[in-house]
Amino acid sequence: MKPVFMTYTKKDLINLAVCMVLSVLVIPTFITTEYWYTSILIPWLCLALATIGQQVVMGYTGQLALGAAGFMAAGAFAMFNLILRVPDLGFVGSLIVSGLIAAAFGILFGLPSLKVRGIYLMVATLASQFFIIWMIDKFGWFKNYDSSGIITAQDIVILGKPFTTPLAMYFVCLAVTTVLTLLAMNMARGSTGRNWMAVRDMDIAAESMGVSLLKTKVQAFAISAFYCGVAGALFAFCYLKSLEPVAFDIKLSFKILFMCILGGLGTINGAFIGAAFILLFPVLLNAIGNNVFHGAIDATIISSIEQVIFGGLMIIFMIYEPLGMAKLWENIKQKLSLKLQSSNNKDLKSSLSKKS
Amino acid sequence: MVDELLFFMEVVVGGLLAGTMYSLVALGFVLIFKASATFNFSQGAMVFFSVLAFCGFMQDFNIPFVLAFILAALLMVVVGLCTERLVLRPLMNASEDTVLMATIGLGYVLEGLAQAAWGVEVRRLDLGIGDFPVPWIADNLKLFISALDIFAGLVAALMIIGLFLLFKYTKIGLGLRAVADDAGAASSIGIPLKHIMLLVWSAAGVVALVAGCMWGARAGVQFALVDLALKALPVLIIGGFSSIPGAIVGGLIIGATEKVLEVYIGPFFGGAIEGWAPYVLAIFFLLYRPEGLFGEKIIRRV
Repeated sequence: MKPVFMTYTKKDLINLAVCMVLSVLVIPTFITTEYWYTSILIPWLCLALATIGQQVVMGYTGQLALGAAGFMAAGAFAMFNLILRVPDLGFVGSLIVSGLIAAAFGILFGLPSLKVRGIYLMVATLASQFFIIWMIDKFGWFKNYDSSGIITAQDIVILGKPFTTPLAMYFVCLAVTTVLTLLAMNMARGSTGRNWMAVRDMDIAAESMGVSLLKTKVQAFAISAFYCGVAGALFAFCYLKSLEPVAFDIKLSFKILFMCILGGLGTINGAFIGAAFILLFPVLLNAIGNNVFHGAIDATIISSIEQVIFGGLMIIFMIYEPLGMAKLWENIKQKLSLKLQSSNNKDLKSSLSKKS
Repeated sequence: MVDELLFFMEVVVGGLLAGTMYSLVALGFVLIFKASATFNFSQGAMVFFSVLAFCGFMQDFNIPFVLAFILAALLMVVVGLCTERLVLRPLMNASEDTVLMATIGLGYVLEGLAQAAWGVEVRRLDLGIGDFPVPWIADNLKLFISALDIFAGLVAALMIIGLFLLFKYTKIGLGLRAVADDAGAASSIGIPLKHIMLLVWSAAGVVALVAGCMWGARAGVQFALVDLALKALPVLIIGGFSSIPGAIVGGLIIGATEKVLEVYIGPFFGGAIEGWAPYVLAIFFLLYRPEGLFGEKIIRRV
């Protein structure tokens, strides 16, 4: 299809319009309970953003990385310190700068990717996860010498207006996520994304075609960490409303990895699908536990079952559809349109035969 | 001066012995990697699963120690069988990264199953060997070394010698090495791939159980074991993924360096640098010797 605006085709613009109408008009008018905003929609947007970061480095560039939560922590604490110490920057400015700070970490810990790949790289990125959390934990300056360990996040103020209600925070997350998602789609489709994918498919071949491995890999890690950093800042300020290093432990990294893989490697919409699934599934499971079994099943058992199901799904997807739910969705759409076409053809044939 | 030297010795020896505990975990990774060239990320979960099952058999069903150990080992064979059937065989021709991700999923399944079956609380495991300094060594050499550490070191040494002999001198070992080198070629000359896989996964399961017993006796049987097992990854990188001696040397290096750094440099940074020091060490090794100390050179063809 021919692009209408930048790299976006007509279909993309229609999709965007539908999503915007849904998220700006439909959701705020129909969903009035705070629970949905504070516990589902806001974390969904934040984690989807982090998952896009993971997608850039893992899905598009093919580098196994497992440190998303570390970069999120870097972004969140950078945000806290920027608002505290450089108030002139404003919320949006701080958000961008904290993303850039996370990107700097991304470049630093992405450098080993030039030498190693696969599981070796995974171990190298684990270093970033543990190092960043440790650094924040041990140097009091990052936490403004707060001894309690949990710091309350400052209120969000944009252009003098406070954004403190769940709905307002939802809009903040929505705006940031929308802008960054569009940017990511643009990058993924442009020459940047083509370089990423060339490196993913065969780095040596890509290099011999004139793609600079250094530039492409470092760029992917920087962009990935930027997305994770911004997502982490939003996650802390809009969802947790507090900052503690423990919230960004290795478990969150694994969660984002699962969102990325189950959603579909190398797709942007997969990030949203994956994040929605990983967030909503436990809610559903708890609801079943409470309503069908009336709390007869212990909550710890439910969370264990949830873990078994996530792991099992991961195996099943790896065996049957390594490209994840996004591809599944794609297949369903294709089958439907084929069916529609064939039924149209039948109608045509029958009408033709009637005529003759 | 003598006191300082003694203290340094104590730190190093303690670190080396603690390192053998990492080696035990790393050994399970190496076994599977050697025989199937797949990286089994779920080894940490297998450690947790097996030792929790062992504790569960002993404490919930009052099965005697030895019988419970045998039961847990059998359970790990069943896990190996299921893994081979349900995960590995369908993924026979998939890429390395796909299999790696599937084993991450497998790890989740095992962790979840273990917790669903035996609960989430920390269990105490008593092997009958105390985690306190041996008086004889403390009196004569003035070194404070835990009995459990020495026991773990001995067990690790025995297992490594046994496995090394198995790989080097038996027909099974030859088959294992052939499969690792080229699974397709090996199966075409009549090496039963399925049996080899089953054998290797069961062996890795039993190794996980032994490692879990050592860790469980020290830190309690709890979920944190999975995170501890992650430290076997830098051990593997330093030692090389396909080398059994590499696993032990890597473990010793990590154990000693981490303790020395923690004691001598840690206080300047507020401590707890053990958490990331092994990984950073691994990065430096990766930059200069990506295949590890004993690993085979990585050759990639375009």
